[in-house]
Amino acid sequence: MAGGQERILRGRIRSVQATKKITRAMELIAASRIVKAQQRVAAAVPYSDQITAVVKDLAAAGGTSDSPLLAGRDAVRTIAYIAITADRGLCGGYNAGVQRATEGEIKAGVAGGGDYGVVAVGRKAEGYFRFRGYKVMSTFAGFSDNPTYEDAKRIATWVMDAYVSGEVDRVELIYTRFISAGSQEVVQRPLIPLGRDTIEGGHAHTDALDGAPADYEYEPDPSTILDSLLPRYIEARIYAALLNAAASEHAFRQRAMKSATDNAEELIKNLSRIMNRARQDSITTEIMEIVGGAEALAGDSKKVRPVVLDDDPSTLLVAPGSRAN
Amino acid sequence: MATMQVELVSPEKVVFSGEATQVITRTLGGGEIAFLPGHAPFLGALDTCHTRVSLADGRQLDVAVHGGFVQVNGNTVSILSDMAELADDIDRGRAMAARDRAQQLMVQEASGEAKAALSRAQARITATGGL
Repeated sequence: MAGGQERILRGRIRSVQATKKITRAMELIAASRIVKAQQRVAAAVPYSDQITAVVKDLAAAGGTSDSPLLAGRDAVRTIAYIAITADRGLCGGYNAGVQRATEGEIKAGVAGGGDYGVVAVGRKAEGYFRFRGYKVMSTFAGFSDNPTYEDAKRIATWVMDAYVSGEVDRVELIYTRFISAGSQEVVQRPLIPLGRDTIEGGHAHTDALDGAPADYEYEPDPSTILDSLLPRYIEARIYAALLNAAASEHAFRQRAMKSATDNAEELIKNLSRIMNRARQDSITTEIMEIVGGAEALAGDSKKVRPVVLDDDPSTLLVAPGSRAN
Repeated sequence: MATMQVELVSPEKVVFSGEATQVITRTLGGGEIAFLPGHAPFLGALDTCHTRVSLADGRQLDVAVHGGFVQVNGNTVSILSDMAELADDIDRGRAMAARDRAQQLMVQEASGEAKAALSRAQARITATGGL
């Protein structure tokens, strides 16, 4: 029935409106968090810059280290991929981007005869790789939108242990780099072993502090310092990646939720149009029925005068349900 | 009076940055060391300690530094630390409680963890003024 359709449409519009309110709220929350996440990315830069500078100075000053973190292995059998995704969905292609990049790397590695393992950071990475039957070595979750240095440290400790124990021979970091609020990209960075290029590559701001190697005094000796510095360096790298990922997550979510809100608006517009047409149709049908009924009556008995439609059209609107007569 | 630039940097943010006349900290194995303006280039690993920075305006900045590195280059002293807490941000009562807990733990078993917890608490307490 026509009236029933109208009611169904009204219900749908209400539900789309409710969804729109939610997506709008998520959009605004994400937008406000981008700024904060961006500031955290920037706040972490001095530390990692300085650590990088110190490592470079030490290396330039001839500080040698037997640290296994520096030495690459001749035979690379197992590669660990640290895939950094979000804990939650509703952020467009953010999670899918990292998942796809990781999957591609794994497949390429396996085709080359190597072994792999996934270190899933974020619930979405864990779910994805477990469900598809990939080898998940370890998982870390629960902090994707607001990572702390402690979180980075836990991941770093785990991968360094795995590397030193020989469980893995290389560690790669796959995350979404935050370039600006409008642009982010999925990147892959080698993490362990630390090569010369590893030290020079890195996150958003590579340092410009290439101070000439000075004659340093060391306390304790350079090698000991370098040994204790390298783990910090790896922690800082992971931390920077986590912060970049968090900022990107918010940016992606904001964009996804904005288009969801726009979409809901469009849906509401279309649905109201359909609903209005349905209502108009049912009114027209009723008028037709009334007119038809009146004419039939007029034709039936000549005594009865036709309903005064022409004189007072408002009668139609007042009681569309009750038949005249 | 000559001053130097002091930067106290933790992974999450720059904790402090400013002019100072002296920095006293403690290196691993080397004991306490003071830096004055014009110090020779120096690089050291830090112990968990109470670091004192004498600011250019005569005040003293007390910081609990939990490990890290110090680099002196040119006229700049940079302290990089996993965790550096300004005295104003430290909850002294909590640090005291933590020390007591750690001491008890030490009596039971002298584990490295208990030792680390004790020295952390100790650094916080001295940073907030005395024992």
